[in-house]
This record gives sequence, structure tokens and C-alpha cells, in this order.
Amino acid sequence: MFSNGPITPSQLSLKDLPWLIYWDKEKCQLCGRCVAACPVRAIELGTFRKRIVETPINNKKAHSNVYKVFYGIKQKADPAHACIGCGLCSKVCPNDAIIPYHNEEVDKLRFHINLGGQPRRRGGRRNDPGTLLDRIKFIRISMLTDPALDAGRHEFELRTLLGRVLPPEENLRLYKEEGWTPPVREIYPLVIGGMSFGALSPNMWEGLVMGVTYLNEELGMPVRMCTGEGGCPPRLLRSRFLKYIILQIASGYFGWDEIIHAIPEMKEDPCAIEIKYGQGAKPGDGGLLMWYKVNKLIAAIRGVPPRVNLPSPPTHQTKYSIEESVAKMIQSMYMAWGFRVPVYPKISGTSTALAVLNNLTRNPYAAALSIDGEDGGTGAAYNVSMDHMGHPIASNVRDCYLNLVKLGKQNEIPIFGAGGIGKRGNLAANAAALIMLGASGVQVGKYIMQAAAGCVGSESDRCNICNIGQCPKGITSQDPRIYRRLDPEKVAERLVDVFMAFDTELKKIVAPLGRSTSLPIGMSDALGIDDYHAAERLKIKYVV
Amino acid sequence: MCRLIAFTSEVPKSPMLAINSLNVMKEGHDGSGVGLFLTDLGGMFEELKEYPILSGIFTKEGMKTLDSYLMPMGFKTKYNHSIKVKKDPPPGVPKRYMYNIRAYEYPEDWEELSFEEKRHRLMMIRLKLRDMGLKDESMIVYSFYPDAILLKEIGDPMAVAEYLDLENAGLKARVVMAQGRQNTNYAINLYACHPFFIQGIASMTNGENTAFVPIREFLESRGFPGYVGYQSDSEVFTHIFHYMLNFLGLPLEFYKHIITPLKDEDIEIHPNKEFLKRLKHSCRRLIIDGPNCVIGCMPDKTLVMVQDRKKLRPGVVGGKKGFFAFCSEMCGLDYVLKEELGENNFEYFQPMYLDTVYVTADRKEVKKCSQMDPLRLPN
Repeated sequence: MFSNGPITPSQLSLKDLPWLIYWDKEKCQLCGRCVAACPVRAIELGTFRKRIVETPINNKKAHSNVYKVFYGIKQKADPAHACIGCGLCSKVCPNDAIIPYHNEEVDKLRFHINLGGQPRRRGGRRNDPGTLLDRIKFIRISMLTDPALDAGRHEFELRTLLGRVLPPEENLRLYKEEGWTPPVREIYPLVIGGMSFGALSPNMWEGLVMGVTYLNEELGMPVRMCTGEGGCPPRLLRSRFLKYIILQIASGYFGWDEIIHAIPEMKEDPCAIEIKYGQGAKPGDGGLLMWYKVNKLIAAIRGVPPRVNLPSPPTHQTKYSIEESVAKMIQSMYMAWGFRVPVYPKISGTSTALAVLNNLTRNPYAAALSIDGEDGGTGAAYNVSMDHMGHPIASNVRDCYLNLVKLGKQNEIPIFGAGGIGKRGNLAANAAALIMLGASGVQVGKYIMQAAAGCVGSESDRCNICNIGQCPKGITSQDPRIYRRLDPEKVAERLVDVFMAFDTELKKIVAPLGRSTSLPIGMSDALGIDDYHAAERLKIKYVV
Repeated sequence: MCRLIAFTSEVPKSPMLAINSLNVMKEGHDGSGVGLFLTDLGGMFEELKEYPILSGIFTKEGMKTLDSYLMPMGFKTKYNHSIKVKKDPPPGVPKRYMYNIRAYEYPEDWEELSFEEKRHRLMMIRLKLRDMGLKDESMIVYSFYPDAILLKEIGDPMAVAEYLDLENAGLKARVVMAQGRQNTNYAINLYACHPFFIQGIASMTNGENTAFVPIREFLESRGFPGYVGYQSDSEVFTHIFHYMLNFLGLPLEFYKHIITPLKDEDIEIHPNKEFLKRLKHSCRRLIIDGPNCVIGCMPDKTLVMVQDRKKLRPGVVGGKKGFFAFCSEMCGLDYVLKEELGENNFEYFQPMYLDTVYVTADRKEVKKCSQMDPLRLPN
């Protein structure tokens, strides 16, 4: 702007943005890769005019100005093109001439990101880097009274169960009477949570499925992956690998036409059916796939026209009460696969989780309860939902577990915890803490994206543009020009690395506690925390 | 750590045999306590097998409370074998008024009751008495059951035995279980001392039970009034026996399948695969993670031993027809067998990690079953 020119309220300066671009003129070779690669077009080729004042020493010549023009990188300051800090510019620069850095001041962009009356929508996670799970310590170390085990050489069995586990008396009675017993799956306690085909790029999905298959077939780890709401590729539905997949049905029923039609041709039953009633990142809000990502393939799998927004309703519209919602849906889903496949609901973390759980305890078909805490991630949601809605996972899981203990039904309805597990990189420690608080297993999404595919999103609002299909790594894009960056084989390799490393770390946690023959679900005597109130709340030890 | 010795003999024996064995194993326990369980009684109790025996420690006040509680119900003392100590106790042993061992006649209105009902009522009375004595510690009640005596005290086993003059106390039994340590992992509490007893079942364990909390939570939530206490992490082993026999109706061979189920791949090749898978799933909350050696006595006087999967607390079994002993240490077993059967007149072996070993009341042989063996499923 000119110094005497008009200024509009939302006209920002670079100083008002969360991310700033450092560009080194000396190193830049003007190749233009950064400008081409920037997913939000935050930078452009700049033409700069430069004045050089030449002052002669002896006054023989008059003073003169030399005007020169040079080219370089210019950062845009308008909200629509604010830098997201993803760092792709830096990644593609051959000379390391450019890098984004965080503005030390709180940005002003946040006050103008609702232009046109549209509040901010984004992908990613809650912008809060802290987590209580990281503060939980494992304090019951086997010392002299019983030997700590050798995590490297000991024999471990750390599987968990997904499915309605009957009380012993009931189970033995049904065995004698040859009655129907709910199906139960023996699975690995770390489950890849629901990330839909559509939210994720085809390459990412392919990589995950390949990795999961390798883990199962080559390494004997019964790892399962949930589809999220978006259907399942037709070939996978008809392959023997379907048994490693948990199919999710949610309120938009996207992809279920395809799934139902594939049932007669299925070679294997899916591992389970997850009915999504809520999601931790946007509790009480339906799923959302924005039009940018609804290309022909996605539209075909989901049974919708291309290039339209796909918002799922916040609730299953055909249902009225929790009894109907849960009981009818669970039973219909059981019926679809001849009562051979466990069906369980997934809800977002909420203070009403106990009511849901109590209802499930009276439903003989409910196979589990998955709770997704406030730190859960998403491909697209309103910022306000992500940052301010939802319930922390630790106390939600703990309350539910202790409630089951009171009813004598602990582990009969396995509780799966999700949302923010490993958000600071401590995947095994967070998972083990939740398991010892009472979870039968955990579901993770963001960690897998970060570790297996190099997602750069963070809790300090870096990148987080999964919603518009411009993912710099090609993880959440549906544009082949972008997602071809992601090699599915490499994703599969990294996924295997992640699970193998997790397995070793989990053993490194349970072995010193003297545990090896069963997953220490509810072993709360092993846990401590340095916060008195948190300790009281979670009924674990307060340690300082 | 706890040292365990148990024997089953055709001829009733003094519990001193077990105490002496604990003394031989003294290096391995801290002398902080002793627990004794006697059943299939001999001596004076031989003729009193159907009468419930109350075992516990009482103060003077406690005795009064006991009488005023039991007598109005119609219980009459049939035979009193209580030990009233006069001299000062040895160092580390608290001064007590009376070690009560008393057989009662059932109240008249109980005559028509089934044994099932009787044993339930007896248990409820025991729990009530225990509860009444908790506050002022006037009554510590270990058992109230026919043909069962329990004695527990803090202090070195030998010193306690001498103090109570067990040598001459006239107590004799065909099955004796003894353990040489007060549980010191938690607070010192006589209710934390093994062996534990519930409705004819007794067991003792060495090693720490690392899966204690989830198992306790499971048992407590069964709604059975007897599943209380848990001052020791080992009490759950006794209650799992009880749960298996009474709630699941499963015989002894299944105990190990409950507390230390086979690995999934072993279940796959087991002839009772379908049953074991169900059992493993449903009893997942009862899986122990060791390291433990468990020695138990069943209502039919069968003596049994199992170990956890890791076999980090090995046990040893030996003897010959008519007399068998189960022990946590070689030296303890060696002592008992040499004493009873003479040098080189017995055999012994160490059960492996999949084995359940037991000797039934006929005391003819040690039976061994592996978890990989086919099971006879109950009807």
C-alpha cells in the first residue's frame, strides 16, 4: 500500500501472519520450484526495484541515482494466501535459500480468517501441544520381590480382544448348548483408526493396506485398520485381505452401497464393523469431505456426484433414541454378515459416555466401545470444533472402565481409546498408559500419518490443510499431480517400522512391570502421576 | 520370599514336620511370619470331621464377643483345642490372649439344611466375625469350616511353633500346608498371611502376583460375599480355585488353563481348541502373570501344585505311595522326605511350566497333566 493510501480492516502485513518466509537472495537461483510447489500460493515471483545512490568523492560529478531491477520471492500477506509453514518451499529448494519460520508474536490472521462470514475450516488436530498421557509414569517396577523380564528375549503375548466377551459361566453354558456366541477377534492392541478413502490419497491408502498385510502375513502381528467413512476399494472388498480391515459405517453411509453389493462376493469376513456416532476432532459434528477432494474415483466409491461437498449429518438421521440407534444398527450389521462379525460403536469423548456404555452393557451384541478423545485428528472440520469441543480421553476411558468393574463386566465390552495417542511422539508410553487405565487397545491416525508418511502437521498450527486436498506430502490429496509424490511402498515400509518399534517399546514398558503373558489392561497399580488432582481423578498413585 | 511346604500322608502327622522344613529353608525367607493349614485331621479331631471348627486369634474381649454371637445362634462347643499362652512371646511375636481352635455343634435348626447351605452360612458367620473384630483387633478369624484348622502368626516360624508348643499340642493332620513369611509387600496384617482358605479350599503362593489388581477387581465384582480381603496379592489364587470349582464347575485340570492359558498358536493345535479359546477369552481377567508357584488343597483333600508360565518360581514334588510332599525348595523337600521315608527311599521331580501335579486323597501316586493333554470336558 502507499503510505497515504486507503487501508481495509483485513489488510494484513507480513508481521501479522503466523508463518513468515525467510528468503536468501544470495543463494536463490530463481528456479521457481518453491513458487510452483507452494500448496497455498503464499509466495510468488517478485520483481523488486532497487535504487543505488552514487555520491562522487570530489564533487566533480553530480550526485546520481542508479536504478536496478532484481527478481526474487515475495510472500503474500492476504489471508487467503497466508503461509501455512509446511516447509515444502524449503524441501524443493536446491540451494536451501528459503524456509518458513514461526512469527514470534501471536498472529493477527486469526481475526480475519473468517472473511465472507465463513469460519475457519481446516484439517489436522487440536492446537494444543500438551497431553496428560505424557505425564503418566510407570512406577511399579519389579524389583527383587519379583524379577523384571527381558524385553528382548522373553516370550510375550500382547494381543487384545475385539468383540463381546461373555462372562465365563455364560460362555461355557453356550459351549455346552452349542448356542450362538458373539464373534471375538484376537488383534494387536494398536489399531489404525478410521481415515477414509477420500480423506487419504489412494497412494496413502494403498501403502497402509500393504503395510498392514505385511505385518499380518510376514510378521504374524494381527494389526487391523479401520476404513473410516468412505467405503472401501472394490478389489479390497473382494480380496482375502479384507479380514484385516474394520469397515466403518457413519451417518452419511458413504460407500455402503458398494460394500453391501460386494457381500456375496466376499472371500473373507471383515475384521469388524465400526459404527461411527462421533469423532474426537469434531464431536457432535458429522464427517466432512470438501469438494476439492471429491474426484471421479472418490465419487464412484462413495456413490455421489463428483465435486460436491460431502458433509455427513451429525447423527444417524433414521434413528431416534440411543436404544434404537445402537441396538438396531448393531443388529442389522450383525445380520448382514450372518452374526459372524463383531459390530461396535465409536463415539467422541463426552461426559455422556457412561450412559452410552451402560446401554451397551445391556445389549448382548455390542462388541466394544471406541472412544475418540478431544485430541483426535480429522481431514476437515471447523476450527472451533477442533480446538474447543470434546472430552479428554484419559478420564473418559478410566470412568468407563471403572464403571464396568462396578458392573463386573470389565473387558467384556472392550474399550478402545483414541485421540492424541503419541501426539508428542511417545506412542507406546501413551498407549500403555491408556491400557493400564482400562483400555483394551488404542486407535491411532495422526501418528501413523506423521511416522509412516511424513505428515508435517503439528499442534502449533503448521500445515493442517488436509481439507483442501493440497497436502504437500500427497497424504490427503486427491490430485494425482500431488499424491504421486508419495510412494506407497515406502509408506508400507515405514508402517512396518512403526509397528515393530512400537512392539519393542511396549515390551520395554511391560517387561519391567513383570508382565508378559497378557496385556496389562486395568493394571492401574502400575501408574503414577505428579498431579494430585489428576491422580485422584484417575484413581492412580500421586507421585512426586 | 515365601517358602512353601505341603505334605499329604496316609498317617496323620504333626505340623512340626512342616515347621522344621521351613526352618531348613530359613535362608530363603525373612522369618516374618508363619501360616499353617491342617485338614483331613487326625488326633482328637478325627472323630469330629463333620463339625465346623473355628480358627483364629482372640483377645479376652474377643472371646466374649464370639460367645455372645455364636451361642444365641445355637452353636455349642463340641471340643475346644485352643492354645492359651502364658509366657512372654519371643522377640517379634506379638502377645496374644488365645489361639482359638474350637469345634462346634451346628444349631439344631440347621439340621435339615444341605451342606451347601451350611457352608454358605458358616462363611457368612466367619465374615461377620472378621468384620466385628476388625476395629479393635479383638478377633482375627481365619476359618470356620469342618475339618480345617488354620494358624497364623507374625514372627519366625520355629520361634512361633516353640512358643505355641506345637510339638506337644496334639494337633495332627493328613494334609498340612505351611508357609514361612508374613506378607510384607503390603502392610503387616495377619489376614495377608498364607495359606488362604475359603469353603474347603486352601492355597498358598510364593512370588508376587503382578496382575493382582485386575484379578481382584474381577473377583470382587462377582457378587460373591466371600471374595473379600485381598490384603495379600496371593489371596486371589485361592479364590480363583473357588470360582473355578463352584461357579464354572470345572475340575482341577482347568485351573492352569485359566490362570496361565496356552499361547494362541498352541491352542490352535490342541484337541479342545474351541473350548480353550472360549475359556481364555472369558477368563482373560484371571490370567496371572507370575512369577508364582501355587500349592493348593481342594475340598476332596487333593493336594495340587502349578506354576506360572514363565516358571520363574519352580516347585518340586516327591515322595512315595502313602506320603508325598510339595515344596518350593529342594532342601525343604529333601528334609521332609528323608525324615519321613528315610534316605534314598523316595523319588522327586520338578513339574514343568505346562504341568499341573496333584495327589488325591488315596495318596497312591503323583498325577501329572500337561496343558497340551486332551481334556475331559465336564458335562
